[in-house]
Amino acid sequence: MEPLSPSEPGTANVLEVLQPLIRCESLAKRYEVGGGTVHALRELSLSVMPGEFVAVMGPSGSGKSTFMNLVGCLDQPTSGRYWLAGEPVDSMNRDQLAAIRNRRIGFVFQQFNLLPRTTAQDNVELPLLYAGVPRAERHARALRRLQQVGLGERLDHHPAQLSGGQQQRVAIARALVNDPQLILADEPTGALDSRTSIEVMALLQALNREGITIVLVTHEADVAAFASRIISFKDGRVVRDAANDPLDAAAALAALEPAEG
Amino acid sequence: MDLLSTFRIALRALRTNLLRSMLTMLGIIIGVAAVIAMIAVGKGAQTRVEEQVRSLGSNVMVLWPSSNNTGGVRSGTGGVQTLTEDDARAIALEVSEVMFAAPTHRASAQVVFGNQNWFAAVYGVNNDFFDVREWPLVAGRSFEPGELASSGKVIILGQTVARQLFGEDTPFEEMIDRTVRVRKVPLVVIGVAERKGQSAVGQDQDDAVFVPLSTARTRLFGIVQGKLRRINSIWVKVQPGEDMKAAEDGIRTLLRQRHKLAPGQDDDFTLRNLTEIMQAQEAASKAMTALLAAIASVSLLVGGIGIMNIMLVSVTERTREIGLRMAVGARGGDILSQFLVEAVTLSCIGGAIGVALGIVAAQLVGNSAGWQVQIEPRSVLLAFGFAALIGIFFGFYPARKASKLEPIDALRYE
Repeated sequence: MEPLSPSEPGTANVLEVLQPLIRCESLAKRYEVGGGTVHALRELSLSVMPGEFVAVMGPSGSGKSTFMNLVGCLDQPTSGRYWLAGEPVDSMNRDQLAAIRNRRIGFVFQQFNLLPRTTAQDNVELPLLYAGVPRAERHARALRRLQQVGLGERLDHHPAQLSGGQQQRVAIARALVNDPQLILADEPTGALDSRTSIEVMALLQALNREGITIVLVTHEADVAAFASRIISFKDGRVVRDAANDPLDAAAALAALEPAEG
Repeated sequence: MDLLSTFRIALRALRTNLLRSMLTMLGIIIGVAAVIAMIAVGKGAQTRVEEQVRSLGSNVMVLWPSSNNTGGVRSGTGGVQTLTEDDARAIALEVSEVMFAAPTHRASAQVVFGNQNWFAAVYGVNNDFFDVREWPLVAGRSFEPGELASSGKVIILGQTVARQLFGEDTPFEEMIDRTVRVRKVPLVVIGVAERKGQSAVGQDQDDAVFVPLSTARTRLFGIVQGKLRRINSIWVKVQPGEDMKAAEDGIRTLLRQRHKLAPGQDDDFTLRNLTEIMQAQEAASKAMTALLAAIASVSLLVGGIGIMNIMLVSVTERTREIGLRMAVGARGGDILSQFLVEAVTLSCIGGAIGVALGIVAAQLVGNSAGWQVQIEPRSVLLAFGFAALIGIFFGFYPARKASKLEPIDALRYE
């Protein structure tokens, strides 16, 4: 993997550094199912500052996925307030949410969610397409991000021609291409072997060092160990929210190297 | 997102499922091809009728002697000659709506030139006949008053006869002043009539020669029956702008008077408003064209439903893709236009192939069935435009359905 370039200018301006990137107040999500009410998320209040690397943990049904969907502006809360980079997301309509997702958030999914039969280059360009970026600039920016994740040689490969780790790196390049402040990674290592998982975590840590805030959902403690803050969910509530001394993924990878060699 | 990128995405999606796209298009292809071929066939028939209307001349009526019932002996139409030259003269003079009334005696005879001969219709006419039929000469002159009055030994040739007697290559001018013989009577060619083509019943109207009425009567066919000078038809042309119906009534009243028919007694003549009949035929052929087009449009509609069906399947299949696109910033409108453009691209490509196929099919039908076909640019445009509209109409519902998906539901769709 190529060394990462130094921090990109303009990823976060001074004003945004002073305020939380994510701020929730009494955020709640309820579903009506078969006559009863399911409290997916109960009265959640928390903040994430720019530059944090947060791991969200919890068993399935704990509310962590609901939290992710709300933070990612993919879903709207039943009640409560949510500001992303100071903007009140809870009062936005669908188109505004789409614009926010496009501009501020990069998504990384467990199943990569790349478009099949579409080249890596075109997959990475996708967010720029919806941002209305001209074609030549789309090419250049996607190319730069693919090079950044070490796939500069595989621009024309379709997802089926790439390994799982490579596919996830394409997905990370896609998440980065719009210069977002926040990367939401939903079980990004869930479909990868342990070595590739550590590679992906090393990449995320490197991005975090550049100043990009990362929120990672996982149920594996090994993976959460690479984060600087761990929030645990249970039954729709936060049961633990503590700082963590992160493992260095690059070092862990280096430690693995001889065994592989 | 710009339209070009949307179009590229649509093309890629259609290529991904090439066979399915082709099969979906087939409905539109067949629909458009059917519309174009059917309109071409219908228009061809219509044009033929219109040509016949033109060849007949406008505002034309014709009178024949009719069957009568004398002492229990009934004869068929034309079996008794009740019309006379004087009737024709009276119609022209007394019925104000009438412009010309041309008495005509039609018979058949062998026309001989040198060692060539040809059996043709021989019309005894005066110059009014050519005016009624709007039938000019391509060479020579019409009859002179003296020739009409005193059974001049002159003849005007129809084109078919001219060609049969003088060959394909002889210029019409060279036929003038030659002498042909009809029933052993030598007649000098003074003119050649313009080509008229087929009549409504498919008769070759150019297979005819024209002589003065007096010549036909006295020299050729000897039809002197008293001094009444009977004839077997009267061609009437009504003044342009006059009411054909009024003219018809005027002629009928006049002839009933002249023939001394009691009220309640049947007419002893038949009056046919040919123009009206032809116009009815024209209207019928127009209706047929419309009917054919309507039936073909139904198949186009079915093709549209096929597009809707496949687009709905496609939206379901690609729910996760839609979710992903929304997650990375696609607005509802972007998704809507993506699927709409896909549907319209399907229908437009299908339409274009259908146009080509329709033109080929029309030619094939024309050649194999021997029908006249006429492909109108307007009908091609219409069919293609209709196909595009169908893409929009039937593509809209699935596209809207896609655009209304919740991003989170779409993303998690299994």
